[in-house]
Amino acid sequence: MLIIGELINTSRKKIGEAVQAGDIQYLQQVAKDQVEAGAHVLDVNCGTIIGKEPETLEWLVKLVQEVVDVPLCLDSPDPVALERALQAHKGTAMINSISLEKERYEAILPLLKGTDCSVVALCMDDKGMPENVEQGVELASRLVDGLGEEGVDPDRIYLDPLVRSVGTGPHYGIMFLETVKAIKEKYPTVHITCGLSNISFGLPQRRLLNRTFLVMAMAAGMDSAIMDPLDKVIMAHLYAARAVLGQDEFCADYITAQREGKLEV
Amino acid sequence: MADFTKISQALIKGDAKTVKELTEKAVAEGIAPGTVIQEGLISGMSVIAERFKKNEIYVPEVLIAARAMHTGLGVLKPLLTESETEAAEVFLIGTVKGDLHDIGKNLVAMMMEGAGFRVVDLGVDVPAEKFVDAIREHKPSIVGLSALLTTTMVAMKDTLEAIKASEFKDKVKVMIGGAPVTQNYADEIGADGYAPDASTAVDVAKQLVGVA
Repeated sequence: MLIIGELINTSRKKIGEAVQAGDIQYLQQVAKDQVEAGAHVLDVNCGTIIGKEPETLEWLVKLVQEVVDVPLCLDSPDPVALERALQAHKGTAMINSISLEKERYEAILPLLKGTDCSVVALCMDDKGMPENVEQGVELASRLVDGLGEEGVDPDRIYLDPLVRSVGTGPHYGIMFLETVKAIKEKYPTVHITCGLSNISFGLPQRRLLNRTFLVMAMAAGMDSAIMDPLDKVIMAHLYAARAVLGQDEFCADYITAQREGKLEV
Repeated sequence: MADFTKISQALIKGDAKTVKELTEKAVAEGIAPGTVIQEGLISGMSVIAERFKKNEIYVPEVLIAARAMHTGLGVLKPLLTESETEAAEVFLIGTVKGDLHDIGKNLVAMMMEGAGFRVVDLGVDVPAEKFVDAIREHKPSIVGLSALLTTTMVAMKDTLEAIKASEFKDKVKVMIGGAPVTQNYADEIGADGYAPDASTAVDVAKQLVGVA
């Protein structure tokens, strides 16, 4: 279960202010906290810094990798920003994201060719997002097959079937789960990730829905999530779900988490 | 005698069936459709808007109230005279080019409709030219632009520029909203209004057309 820490994103108020103020210490602390809490990859997004995104993203990559030894998930639709960030990045980066939207596909693909970067691939095209399982699988297939032809193997691809709120459409939860199952059946080696918290938009006690959804999505075959690793309750559920699903040999991680006080929430 | 309070209450509860029945009853009693819309439906939706603003109710509750409102409007709209239809201020809305998010846009559209505007919804991923063409066709007093992404927010600027470059420069007000949008951004690109949520959007729109 690959945990991508989502906190370094300038659309979050405190991060936006820290980036504007050049508060390196705070940003580095958020990076360290997330890795300590169990994040395997850190997302970096500075899309709100309009006009200065490329240099800001490069700056973020450098300052984060000064203090943590994990790959980063470079989060931007702008190929110029991504290219600068990639050059500054140590190790194998993840790119967030490609999709079947023509313009984006053509802009991002060259960044993947000839590298071993992994990539988040959104299951949508110029016509929009899927409305049923069949459409979701069809979009996923076009991504996996298309990227495969360009030399990007399925195990470098993190498909995002796109989560929408059950508050706006009651079928969106089950549709996601069924789509994940169907994709994993067709492409066992491809990865599945998502932005979890979309599931609960517009509803009360969002964290309760988020963690219930996480557990169910893991059972359906989702093996990554873009999430807040500092949320202790959801992390405890993640440890428990891994143990139940047989992803944690001898429940070693679960037991260690208990010793570290991570399960008492 | 028609009981507008009962229509409002049924609408607030999201009870579409009762809203439809009471609306039909009011019409059968000879009450003007415009009055039923104003006193029954709009007054109910204004309660929904207020509660939503205060976080007392949640998105699905707004959606079912809006569904109830639409069943009432379905009965009443065909009965409105042409002059009554044309009297309503037109609110044109769409999610800007490159952006496929529709939840926020739909909420605003519902609230505006619930506040008495005649709403024309252009959908998502709407290019600037399409906005201008739609202004030409529908003659709105206000245009609402929605975006959820920092990356598509910039398309608001393009759309606004296209409107300002058209013959409708001074004839239509433009307001913007969406998660990454701020009052600062609205000022920066020269939008006439900004609203942080769907309920506030109604207040801003009313101010812009001078009916607040």
